[in-house]
Amino acid sequence: MAPSSQHCREKGETTMEIVVCVKQVPDTETRIKIDPAGKGIVREGIEYVVNPYDEFAIEEALVLKEKHGGKVTVITAGPDRAVDALRTALAMGADEAIHIQASQEDAVDSIGAAEVMARALKEIPFDIILCGKQAVDDDNAAFAPALAEFLGLPHVTVVTGLEVDPEAGEAQVVREIEGAQEHITTSLPAVIAAQKGLNEPRYPALRGIMQAKRKKIPVSTLADLGLEGETLPARTEVLSMMPPPPREGGEKYEGEPEETVARLIKALQAEKLV
Amino acid sequence: MSDKILVIAEQRDGQLKKPALEALAAAKVLGGTVVALVMGQGIGDLAETLVAHGADEVRVADSADLALYSGEGYATVAASVVKEVGPKVVLASATAMGKDLMPRLAAKLGAGLISDCTSLEVEDGRLVATRPVFAGKAFAKVTTSSEPAVVTVRPKAYTPLEPAEGRDGEVSDVDVGDLVIRAMVREVVKTAGERPDVAEADIVVSGGRGMKGPENFKLLEELADALGGAAVGASRAAVDAGWMPHSAQVGQTGKVVTPALYVACGISGAIQHLAGMSRAKCIVAINKDPDAPIFEVADYGIVGDLFKVVPLLTEEIKKLKG
Repeated sequence: MAPSSQHCREKGETTMEIVVCVKQVPDTETRIKIDPAGKGIVREGIEYVVNPYDEFAIEEALVLKEKHGGKVTVITAGPDRAVDALRTALAMGADEAIHIQASQEDAVDSIGAAEVMARALKEIPFDIILCGKQAVDDDNAAFAPALAEFLGLPHVTVVTGLEVDPEAGEAQVVREIEGAQEHITTSLPAVIAAQKGLNEPRYPALRGIMQAKRKKIPVSTLADLGLEGETLPARTEVLSMMPPPPREGGEKYEGEPEETVARLIKALQAEKLV
Repeated sequence: MSDKILVIAEQRDGQLKKPALEALAAAKVLGGTVVALVMGQGIGDLAETLVAHGADEVRVADSADLALYSGEGYATVAASVVKEVGPKVVLASATAMGKDLMPRLAAKLGAGLISDCTSLEVEDGRLVATRPVFAGKAFAKVTTSSEPAVVTVRPKAYTPLEPAEGRDGEVSDVDVGDLVIRAMVREVVKTAGERPDVAEADIVVSGGRGMKGPENFKLLEELADALGGAAVGASRAAVDAGWMPHSAQVGQTGKVVTPALYVACGISGAIQHLAGMSRAKCIVAINKDPDAPIFEVADYGIVGDLFKVVPLLTEEIKKLKG
């Protein structure tokens, strides 16, 4: 069982140890190009950002801290550049950051990433772990459940509502599924994966940005965590990458609505779609 | 692959979900014996349907603790069945349930996970899966040496097999035992009304910034109704403006959809939106800007005022359907 700050807390005190796992990903504006070897993407010229779903996790952590008191620690596993994602989180208001140095493949193995993170989190106290519901590069949506399993914790993914009761060591969670919501009660600590709609992430204030720049961020290596190599562990292998099948524009109707609609209907009838 | 494939067949409210039957069809591609596992309460009668749709054997895990989905409970039962069956591949659909369950199961088994695959093949005796990355801006071919391999297939990537009545299959019960469930579903609250989810629908009618306000989405609802219970989606711009719920958002930070027909109304076609819908079989775009990027992926486009075009289109379709 992972350490929980619940155990070392004075009676009546309700401060929370909040951990947010983040990932740095290419901006969603990026036009993805495949490298000549056909095994990865062209990295040159890509702008990296905090994974958009992780921003909801950071915001929720800050909200929990403001409500219950405590400390927000952000953690990432990635190459040197990934430290920028941590600085963004610090600028938003996170207190501490941890960088696990590791190179990574283009289609990251989320189970491997969760394994690394689980090892790192066994070293620090937490009452709740937040992350995004999926990273918009590998799109696996697999990190949170795997992390929870490795840490022996419950998990809830695709979360659009969260109410934490630190005294009771419990949280009320709303999870989005197809055409419905699941209302879930979970014990804490737990791993919570944020979905869009949970909150509106704040923009870093100038003061926060300046402070984040000066903040010392401890770095650990995979060797420090008892793992071999310099790349995140993977049980899967990318054989090749390719662009999506090309799609071209077809017919474009211009003119009076009566005429354009009639032509569209005819086309859809020919395709047996209406 | 001449070995066993275990398919975790999703049910909700005692009904098999269509993606469960799709997962059976995907398993058939891999060859070998297909064993289906269904978990829930009072679900014994689902076994026959699973056999008719391709399962050679069915394991039924029937327990009050499994009445509602939980990652912990379902992963524990699935892991015990994996140990008993010894499959080469464990397969499920990448639904809300599959995406939540299978990573936990993979971690429990120490197995490799390939998620949200659009096609599965066997090459030189090993599994090779194709899956979209970067919301479909690229595709990766992925393999794993893990045994079992844990795999999810994207809903609608496979078509369920025609049911073969009278097909034989061995059905047995799973000894569920005691489960520790700390994240417990208390209630499932329907949000969608009668309209299907954008990710599940065969037809999606979507609106963007060009809709100008939430009240105008009524036009899209009427078109969706005329088309026969289509889903109504939205671009990120319309969701961020608060006109539609985020559950309706199509695109890179919303849902990736693959309907037979996608009708984009007043959507210019930002790269994030195109990533989410350009795998639709047929795309129709209605936009007043002839240079909008959406026309570059649309099979049929109407350049015009959507406030005139959409109601007219609705009326004409209604006439057709009499």
